[in-house]
Amino acid sequence: MPLALLEPGSDAVTALYLVAVVLFILGVRQGTHPTTAKRGNMIAAVGMAIAVATTLLFDGIGNWGLIIAGIAIGSAVGVIASIRVQMTAMPQMVALYNGVGGGAIALISWSELRHALEIGEALPLDTLIPILFSAVVGSVSFWGSNIAFAKLQDLIPTRPLKVPGQQILNALLLVGIIAACVNLSINNDDPSQAVFIGVLIAAALLGNLVVLPIGGADMPVVISLLNAFTGLAAAAAGFALDNIALIVAGTLVGSSGTLLTLEMATAMNRSVPNILFAGFGGAPAAGAVGGGEERPHRSVGPQDAAIALAYADSVVIVPGYGLAVAQAQHAVKEMADELEKRGVNVNYAIHPVAGRMPGHMNVLLAEADVPYDKLREMDEINPEMPRTDVAVVIGANDVTNPAAKNDPDSPIAGMPIIEVSEARQVVVIKRSLSPGFAGIDNDLFYEENTSMLFSDAKAAAQEIAAEIENL
Amino acid sequence: MDLMTEIVIFVLAAFVGFEVISKVPTTLHTPLMSQTNAIHGIVMLGGLIVIGLSDNTLDNVIGTIAIAFGTINIVGGFMVTDRMLGMFTRKPKPAPAEIEQSRTEPLDAETGSSETTGGSA
Repeated sequence: MPLALLEPGSDAVTALYLVAVVLFILGVRQGTHPTTAKRGNMIAAVGMAIAVATTLLFDGIGNWGLIIAGIAIGSAVGVIASIRVQMTAMPQMVALYNGVGGGAIALISWSELRHALEIGEALPLDTLIPILFSAVVGSVSFWGSNIAFAKLQDLIPTRPLKVPGQQILNALLLVGIIAACVNLSINNDDPSQAVFIGVLIAAALLGNLVVLPIGGADMPVVISLLNAFTGLAAAAAGFALDNIALIVAGTLVGSSGTLLTLEMATAMNRSVPNILFAGFGGAPAAGAVGGGEERPHRSVGPQDAAIALAYADSVVIVPGYGLAVAQAQHAVKEMADELEKRGVNVNYAIHPVAGRMPGHMNVLLAEADVPYDKLREMDEINPEMPRTDVAVVIGANDVTNPAAKNDPDSPIAGMPIIEVSEARQVVVIKRSLSPGFAGIDNDLFYEENTSMLFSDAKAAAQEIAAEIENL
Repeated sequence: MDLMTEIVIFVLAAFVGFEVISKVPTTLHTPLMSQTNAIHGIVMLGGLIVIGLSDNTLDNVIGTIAIAFGTINIVGGFMVTDRMLGMFTRKPKPAPAEIEQSRTEPLDAETGSSETTGGSA
């Protein structure tokens, strides 16, 4: 091969990889502010180009036809997907990307095992154990992410799907996987490929079974966790291949996913195991049965809502997943523009778990040209709520439910909420009184200062904007 | 490279990762996730290495898929992040002075708004 210039593991390779990973870290670091983040992304991309180019120059790289085919297919899919995807669909896209990353890692680990068997060499444990770890975690991540994608894309029901005895089945699968991995490690001079394939399949089943029972509103946690898994699997693959670029990059992604997972769980006041294994549908379902009786509420039309908003001094808009579903971000921005023309101070209150992934609402509103300094975090906006004239809840539900604060028996008790009921008036734009994902009635709807506007989020925002213009 | 060196690299990278990423504001969490999607596309390197060792059809197929998957992560991840961040770079319209003013306005500036919605039931 004329291109083979670099010896894997040589100082030159290590130095080039070091440059690449430093660029990754600098790139992520620039991501700490909206004005520098775009440049940071470029820096990380340059780092990736260096890492890939270095590896392509390795002694022993071959099969160029297939390499070029793989890169061509991957680039075509990547380019088309990134241009076409709508901002409302970012959670699905990220889930899918987590999945393909995990899938690639599981496949690579399988191929490594096959290579060792072929040349008949015993696999040292410091190679075999990372191979097994990346196979299991990569496979769980691939299948779990695909299920998350299917749920977010509405290909399968988003409500928690439960199989009786699921916890026991999951536990058995996990024990089986560990036992098989121990068996492979003991027989590391000739590990059985059949057992390895069994491990891949069991991990695939586990990925499916763990994510299937998790409902839509818990998706921010699941996506973050799968992100962490894929990163850690990549780091493990780096241990197996003695490749520091993989170790550092994978670990960075692992830390990022872990931090986001913990942050999302904190924002729901629940532990990660609780979200993964308790299934939010479980306990609350019993509580929701009581929601049969009709409770009095006040319903208004777009005109009343427009008057309330137009004569307010300060308005806080609380967006939720319903805004994404209705693609209402541009309509909401128009409504806010109309209000600002009249001198109303408009802010947006973003709950950490609003939407289906961390930061989902921020991206949607950024797409609609809402300045990012108007997007206020929960802790920042809550103290201002008592001074707010009108809070407009658009497609959000559980994150505004005062029961989280007031009712210690509520399934969402203790979850930090956007305290809209502290505002002088609340307008809730919602299709119906139906409970949110958690299956619990929202007391907010029946409070004295709450008006319900039953409509699609986009249509309502457009109608209100038109009414304000005509006032 | 010996195992201990790799473990040292792993642990230090984890600390750097936590330090750097904990400073990313919530507004940018979605682009952060898609950027880390792109970075874990680094697994493509693994695909390049294993396909070089391959001499049979199955390993060729496995390697090609792994390379394609990794490339999807890299190309798609960086591009979609760039697209998203392009939406954040526009300068906020209202001047800082204006915001400051509206926040320091008298808090109890009463308007007729509290009576107006009650109308329809």
